[in-house]
Amino acid sequence: MTNELDIFVGNTTLIDEDVYRLWLDGYSVSDAVGLRVRSGILEQTGATAGVLQSDTMDHYRTFHMLERLLHTPPKLLHQLVFQIPPSRQALLIERYYAFDEAFVREVLGKKLSKGTKKDLDNISAKTGVTLKSCRRQFDNFKRVFKVVEEMRGSLAGNIQQHFLLSDRLARDYAAVVFFANNRFETGKKKLQYLTFGDLAFCAELMIQNWTPGAVADSQLDDMDVDLDKEFLQDLKELKVLVADKDLLDLHKSLVCTALRGKLSVFAEMEANFKNLSRGLVNIASKLTHTKDVRDLFVDLVEKFIEPCRSDRWPLNDVRLFLNQYSASVHSLDGFRHQTLWDRYMVTLRSCLLRMYHD
Amino acid sequence: MPGKLKVKIVAGRHLPVMDRASDLTDAFVEVKFGNTTFKTDVYHKSLNPQWNSEWFKFEVDDEDLQDEPLQITVLDHDTYSANDAIGKVYIDIDPLLYSEAATVISGWFPIYDTIHGIRGEINVVVKVDLFNDLNRFRQSSCGVKFFCTTSIPKCYRAVIIHGFVEELVVNEDPEYQWIDRIRTPRASNEARQRLISLMSGELQRKIGLKVLEMRGNAVVGYLQCFDLEGESGLVVRAIGTACTLDKLSSTAAFLPACNSPSKEMKESPLVHPPSHGCRSTHNSPIHTATGSRLTQNFSVSVPTLIYTGMGSGSAGKEGGPFKALLRQQTQSALEQREFPFFTLTAFPPGFLVHVGGVVSARSVKLLDRIHNPDEPETRDAWWAEIRQEIKSHAKALGCHAVVGYSESTSICEEVCILSASGTAAVLNPRFLQDGTVEGCLEQRLEENLPAGCGFCHIPYDELNMPFPAHLTYCYSCRKQKVPDVLFTTIDLPADATVIGKGCLIQARLCRLKKKAQAEANATAISNLLPFMEYEVHTQLMNKLKLKGMNALFGLRIQITVGENMLMGLASATGVYLTALPTPGGIQIAGKTPNDGSYEQHISHMQKKINDTIAKNKELYEINPPEIPEEIIGSPIPEPRQRSRLLRSQSESSDEVIELDLSHGKKDAFVLEIDDTDAMEDVHSLLTDVPPPSGFYSCNTEIMPGINNWTSEIQMFTSVRVSRLSNINLTNQTLNKNFNDLCENLLKSLYFKLRSMIPCCLCHVNFTVSLPEDELIQVTVTAVAITFDKHQAVQTTKTQVEKSSQRASIDNEELLQFPLELCTDTLASHPFSSAKEHLESTSSNSGIPAAQRDRCNSWIELIKLKAQTIRRGSIKTTMPVEKASPLTEGHFRQRSAPACANSTVGVVKMTPLSFIPGAKITKYLGIINMFFIRETTSLREEGGVSGFLHAFIAEVFAMVRAHVAALGGNAVVSYIMKQCVFMENPNKNQAQCLINVSGDAVIFVRESELEIISTQQPIASCQPACSGGEIAT
Repeated sequence: MTNELDIFVGNTTLIDEDVYRLWLDGYSVSDAVGLRVRSGILEQTGATAGVLQSDTMDHYRTFHMLERLLHTPPKLLHQLVFQIPPSRQALLIERYYAFDEAFVREVLGKKLSKGTKKDLDNISAKTGVTLKSCRRQFDNFKRVFKVVEEMRGSLAGNIQQHFLLSDRLARDYAAVVFFANNRFETGKKKLQYLTFGDLAFCAELMIQNWTPGAVADSQLDDMDVDLDKEFLQDLKELKVLVADKDLLDLHKSLVCTALRGKLSVFAEMEANFKNLSRGLVNIASKLTHTKDVRDLFVDLVEKFIEPCRSDRWPLNDVRLFLNQYSASVHSLDGFRHQTLWDRYMVTLRSCLLRMYHD
Repeated sequence: MPGKLKVKIVAGRHLPVMDRASDLTDAFVEVKFGNTTFKTDVYHKSLNPQWNSEWFKFEVDDEDLQDEPLQITVLDHDTYSANDAIGKVYIDIDPLLYSEAATVISGWFPIYDTIHGIRGEINVVVKVDLFNDLNRFRQSSCGVKFFCTTSIPKCYRAVIIHGFVEELVVNEDPEYQWIDRIRTPRASNEARQRLISLMSGELQRKIGLKVLEMRGNAVVGYLQCFDLEGESGLVVRAIGTACTLDKLSSTAAFLPACNSPSKEMKESPLVHPPSHGCRSTHNSPIHTATGSRLTQNFSVSVPTLIYTGMGSGSAGKEGGPFKALLRQQTQSALEQREFPFFTLTAFPPGFLVHVGGVVSARSVKLLDRIHNPDEPETRDAWWAEIRQEIKSHAKALGCHAVVGYSESTSICEEVCILSASGTAAVLNPRFLQDGTVEGCLEQRLEENLPAGCGFCHIPYDELNMPFPAHLTYCYSCRKQKVPDVLFTTIDLPADATVIGKGCLIQARLCRLKKKAQAEANATAISNLLPFMEYEVHTQLMNKLKLKGMNALFGLRIQITVGENMLMGLASATGVYLTALPTPGGIQIAGKTPNDGSYEQHISHMQKKINDTIAKNKELYEINPPEIPEEIIGSPIPEPRQRSRLLRSQSESSDEVIELDLSHGKKDAFVLEIDDTDAMEDVHSLLTDVPPPSGFYSCNTEIMPGINNWTSEIQMFTSVRVSRLSNINLTNQTLNKNFNDLCENLLKSLYFKLRSMIPCCLCHVNFTVSLPEDELIQVTVTAVAITFDKHQAVQTTKTQVEKSSQRASIDNEELLQFPLELCTDTLASHPFSSAKEHLESTSSNSGIPAAQRDRCNSWIELIKLKAQTIRRGSIKTTMPVEKASPLTEGHFRQRSAPACANSTVGVVKMTPLSFIPGAKITKYLGIINMFFIRETTSLREEGGVSGFLHAFIAEVFAMVRAHVAALGGNAVVSYIMKQCVFMENPNKNQAQCLINVSGDAVIFVRESELEIISTQQPIASCQPACSGGEIAT
């Protein structure tokens, strides 16, 4: 005797968090049943495998029906077919839009295009995330991207409003969208040590300070997804800090005077000052080229983090150096771009400090 | 009496894309009532049109108001071709026709299409102005209130309970008309939906007229059913109990203690403490009668049964004369009625005097075309016949009335089984007629009838019993006789004293039958029926014994006919009544006592059974006080005796055949294993597994022995269709398959609802149908209610305390539990930190505290915050160290449009007549809906499971939407009366018909109630709980 039809419909839609996770992770019904059996649920509840199979099928069917609504979360709130308590709705949305660290590191900064989508089976094989789950995460990125891409206003705010995500997750998505839009290279081997958290942190600061929206009065093209073209153009002005030899020497002496005796790596710093300063200023002056924008993180690692790391600078010394390095510029009488310098350096300093680890 | 119906179409949302080119829709709406149609303007290129129409006004007779549904059709305008229908909404405006119910219907309704399901929503406002308020009750039956609830509704008091009302209307089924060959499935489905809607309106109006004739103002226990007779037509029939109800004054209604309408009635005296009783005895008499008549259409009436406890009689020394007087009065009150039947299953205290036992009647009919729909005489005559039979059975039990009465049919091709059953009872005349006849009698009666056991006392004369029976003196009052086992179709009376908890008991049975045509088929079925009845009864009795219990409540026996088999499914709730004797055990006897190994096997089985009984007693906490044996009516144990089945050979149509299903008088229940069948029986007895710990189940309103309900409820419907492998189909394998199907279904339910433990499945309602040769469909609807394990309320024996308890229990405990769906588990919420953050944010940013309190969900908070952010301060380029980038300081100023903040209100649904921990403050009207869903892309919709899952979810949604639009927040006494599913996987097609009904209500949490009642009296409670979003 076989069950041709087997359904359970509650007035309040039953959501089993464990099964939801298995579904999100892309397991087939039979795999999910297997995993549930192994979790010892049969022993705990005295149920049979048949019961578990039927239950899993039922939940999968429900999730499948909900998926269409999850693509536009506000619809989930207004629809009448599934009566779900708000806390559960929030959980469904949040988990549906959650992504795997391993997956996001593979996709971050890539164009969210068909080409990347075709590549998902490789990513799946590499990360151990099931292809189904990869597709969901990729489609989520793409969907969020499409919706907020052209939108004015705070990126994270827009995402939160249209996808009803938690604060944290909305900010993570803002980072994903920002990276995808600017196509920052994050996949290079020397960048592998960076976590998504590091990169998201940097993205957030750049959104805060380097986009047109960062300037309060530029309401007309208040966009968070693109870097402020004008600002990038202006950054060329910083070049004088390394091009003018006097200015460079003065800058160096100011920093060295202030830090003498305070750094464990003072000698190395003194020796490397010009290289480091050149590195940081050159990165700034090159940002008008799209190619160099994409390589921003590679450059930061190559030009600053790696030299410091090879000289074994402790993190605290890096912090002291960067603070002094940016502050001393204010004492350079011949230098007129103080505000520009701060807008650049404040963000860069925080990014570098966050990125400075093994 | 004319009235004016006013309709306004406000807006639509989430419409489907009808124009592929633009990905948009040009929607407009047709509003139709009777023969009048209005149209809105076309709202171009939008999936969320804002029509904001004028008020469309229909001037109509109130007869039409009652019969016709308001029909709203949403269409897509097409300049060049015909407009495409998006879907429809049918609105029953009946709730607007009586003064106390809803005054306006307003809200979002799902737009439903029979092929595509729900396609967006439409916001509609409906009002009715009835002219000449004074006289409107005369011409039509506007104003008669209908309740599905089978007890007196909570905020009413029964002044008079008039009695049985019934009506049926017939019509041709549109699906079988010639025109169906040329029209689309959609048109055909819609014709059918509309016709049934019309017919139920008409039926309700006609019943209303009968009620007015009886000078009543309401129908309680209204049960309406459809018989899809196929070629021969469509029958819509309804039964109910006419009453005169008085609305309890609102102050009284707000007293938590006033849960039952009995407040102002005299409380019955205390229950006598259980006295020492006699030894257990046993028997189970069944009175049966059968007649077979051949009328112009073929018809066989099959043996009908009376399951009882026993007759009593001598009624105690001093009680005698009063009882006689009472009987006389009741008789005179009831004899004026053709059928003294009551569809109620729970009664005001004092109403039910004695219960005789279950009476039932079945009849097999051959369907033929209904020639004249206006004169549905044949169908009327069929039912009249059956009712007559029920009435005579009740009389045989010394009862004048039948309570807990219900009727049902099972149809397969042209054969139809009509069934009726109820509980024979003696009622207190006080409620049955006006006047103050009783006076002193009443008082004397109450002295003589201790509340806790009175209803168990046998209603008829011991010396003149209609069948062999065995009686003992009541274990409670020791004065009157009681039977050893009691079967009833009603709920456990509130004042009954029970020991331990109850449990769901089911008897399941299949019988193969040869395929046959017409009369031969009907004869074969009617020959099988008595055997099935007998076996169902035996199974119930065995299982009851096995549980160590002595009474069944809510008994419902369903016999379903299919092409090649008959299925019997009986469900009931077993309890241990203190008034009845302790049941004896089950004793197994072998046929060949000489065989040693056989003996061993028997004794092994015996031991297993004894162990099971002991285990069950422990499980259900049945530990009656040990009673020293007394010599009251202790019977001399007779040698065990297999029950006899007597059938006379008589062909005479009027002769009554005695089918004696009594198991004789014996000390213990004896199962004789004389063939493999009996062996199977014993095995199947032992295969029923008890629910996992923390779970209880029953099919009555409330679980006997559990009274500390908490507020979480989950109503659900589960459907399974099983295909039988058709090799070697025997009765045994069939029985086993069916048994497994039901047991597995229950197991699945327990597993699914495990997060609610400790909880009880209440009102478990199984329905079996046989849609095709090898298919068995089982549909279950029930509600899971949580209860508090640790704060079990002491069971007290006085009715006074009990009734006040029932009302206040939840009240005390409520605060410790999630009050509302939406506020629960905030503490353990995965985003609680985020929420705290949000809260601090919002408190900084000037959202008034009150507003924050109102946000009962995290999502609303987000939205609120999103708005706040936009009002927040200007984003600056301050050094990041000084402030985390998350704080509001970094969000720039922006004035975004506030997003529409209308989360959907929660509507609870329950098959019960109450909501635990809450008080029903208003009944808004009856919900009675019929839907058809069809698909020609079954695989694409996820196969049969996906199709039906979506459909049932949609039906729930439409019920909730209608309730919300009436201003309600719950449906009580919800029932899915029909779920007919047909599939044709080869053609990738399926069709399903669902009929549901219930009472729309407004409830208020008892905890809220207290606050409200201290602040403002009545009016303010409504917004606090109303789920309906009224359009702005």
